[in-house]
Amino acid sequence: MINWLANPARFMRLSASAMPWCGWTAVIALTIGLFWSLVAAPPDYQQGDTVRIMYVHVPAAWMALSVYLFVAAASAVALVWRHPLADVAARAAAPIGAAFTFICLATGSLWGRPMWGAWWVWDARLTSVLILFFLYLGYIALVNAFDDPSRGGRAGAVLALVGIVNLPIIKFSVDWWNTLHQPASVLRVGGPTIAISMLVPLLIMALGFGLFFLTLLMLRMRTALNERKAAVLRLNAGAARGPRPERARTVSAHTAIP
Amino acid sequence: MAAFLGLFRRDLSLALRQGGDTGLVLGFFVLAVILFPFGVGPEPEVLQRIGAGIIWVAALLAALLSLDRLFEADYRDGELDLLTLSNLPLELAVLAKCAAHWVATGLPLALTSPFLALLVDLDPGAIAILFVSLLVGTPALSLIGSVAAALSLGARRQGVVLSLLVLPLYIPPLIFGAGAVEASAVDGGARAYLLILCAISLAALAFCPWASAAALRQALE
Amino acid sequence: MMRDIGTFLAMGGYAGFVWTAYGIGFAVLGGLAAFSWRRYRDSIVALERLQHQLTGKR
Repeated sequence: MINWLANPARFMRLSASAMPWCGWTAVIALTIGLFWSLVAAPPDYQQGDTVRIMYVHVPAAWMALSVYLFVAAASAVALVWRHPLADVAARAAAPIGAAFTFICLATGSLWGRPMWGAWWVWDARLTSVLILFFLYLGYIALVNAFDDPSRGGRAGAVLALVGIVNLPIIKFSVDWWNTLHQPASVLRVGGPTIAISMLVPLLIMALGFGLFFLTLLMLRMRTALNERKAAVLRLNAGAARGPRPERARTVSAHTAIP
Repeated sequence: MAAFLGLFRRDLSLALRQGGDTGLVLGFFVLAVILFPFGVGPEPEVLQRIGAGIIWVAALLAALLSLDRLFEADYRDGELDLLTLSNLPLELAVLAKCAAHWVATGLPLALTSPFLALLVDLDPGAIAILFVSLLVGTPALSLIGSVAAALSLGARRQGVVLSLLVLPLYIPPLIFGAGAVEASAVDGGARAYLLILCAISLAALAFCPWASAAALRQALE
Repeated sequence: MMRDIGTFLAMGGYAGFVWTAYGIGFAVLGGLAAFSWRRYRDSIVALERLQHQLTGKR
């Protein structure tokens, strides 16, 4: 399947029809999800209406992690099998993942303030997600830092894979750090194990976010492929025009002296 | 083996001759640690509590400063291309460069730390643990840093990209290094932390030359 | 389950937190989508213009 999708032209054809379908399904899922989260779902018996933040926070967290796995997987495919679209896919996905991570952190903060009394705590999970956010930013900075885009893509691919190794290390070390240094003094609002009335909107929002990711991924990949094609065309147009004699003389005179 | 030692000696003499690397790193280290009491107040109890962390963070940032020079000069003048063609495997070449980098930066940092520890009022037991933790942890900093340096080779604004890359990767050594000193308040409490720090350095030794070499090959493609 | 609009907006007193949270989600995802869409449209326009130029020359 992956090889079958390797042809950029085929990808463009497929995504041309898949994208609107995905997009509209995402809109429907999100609308239903939003209605359910904000209106139909019951307020928590302990947390009241702030529990509704969970319907944004948790799906965003799931997406933040999944998208990173996607970027890492695409990077592996790009490095090992030199799949032409894998690199494009990884670079297109990363900003979406970073956006979800930011949403996760921000909404988590807004949920934590009324519940725990603190905007931020150095809890193992929060710290790990913050570091994940910096991994995303590092990846995006790296792939955009080179004049040669393919160099950026290769460097980013290596980074994404190094990051995958680092994620469990971070999780483990921060876990240890947190439990040995600072016993969790966080007021954990236990709440019941999640009720069906809460699980359903959660899953619908997660579905909506997932479809949103796929739609945006296809959109960004199509954009990248268009931009690549345009760059190639510009190069060909320049070559077709041919070198102008007077300019060539001037150029050599100036480059003779280093 | 001869090639390895040759490269190590060459890099080390370059770093020491220019004096830039070691001087810059130590200068920043001392400056950063000295500034903290001005920021957090001079009370000995406060400084004692956060002293190990301050010194470790300052060492980390100082090591970061010297990283972009690790491969840059050789990349510019084509020496790196020659290294890939030589008999010495690129992974070992990276290891030689990291070793030279550590002797020129990490080792001086560790050696200077006891004096700085006096400034933040750490007691002798803690100072000893701090010294050992830096001795064991700074090789990891050089090795992990080499991966980030290799990845960002030739990038625009390399300094920014390098810092952003290195931040998540430096956190585990930092946690266990500074944590070892905190734990030394209890007899033998630092042992577990130091052992894990050793493990991190050893894992970096196994993994990082390979990752850096891969990144360098991508850069030279 | 339909409460009146006032109680709904008040969110049990946590209005500031809940609505800001949803607002951030909406703004970030919507902003990224809008930005990506605009870039997509630009890429199509640029590509068409280039293809026009090349076929026009020939």
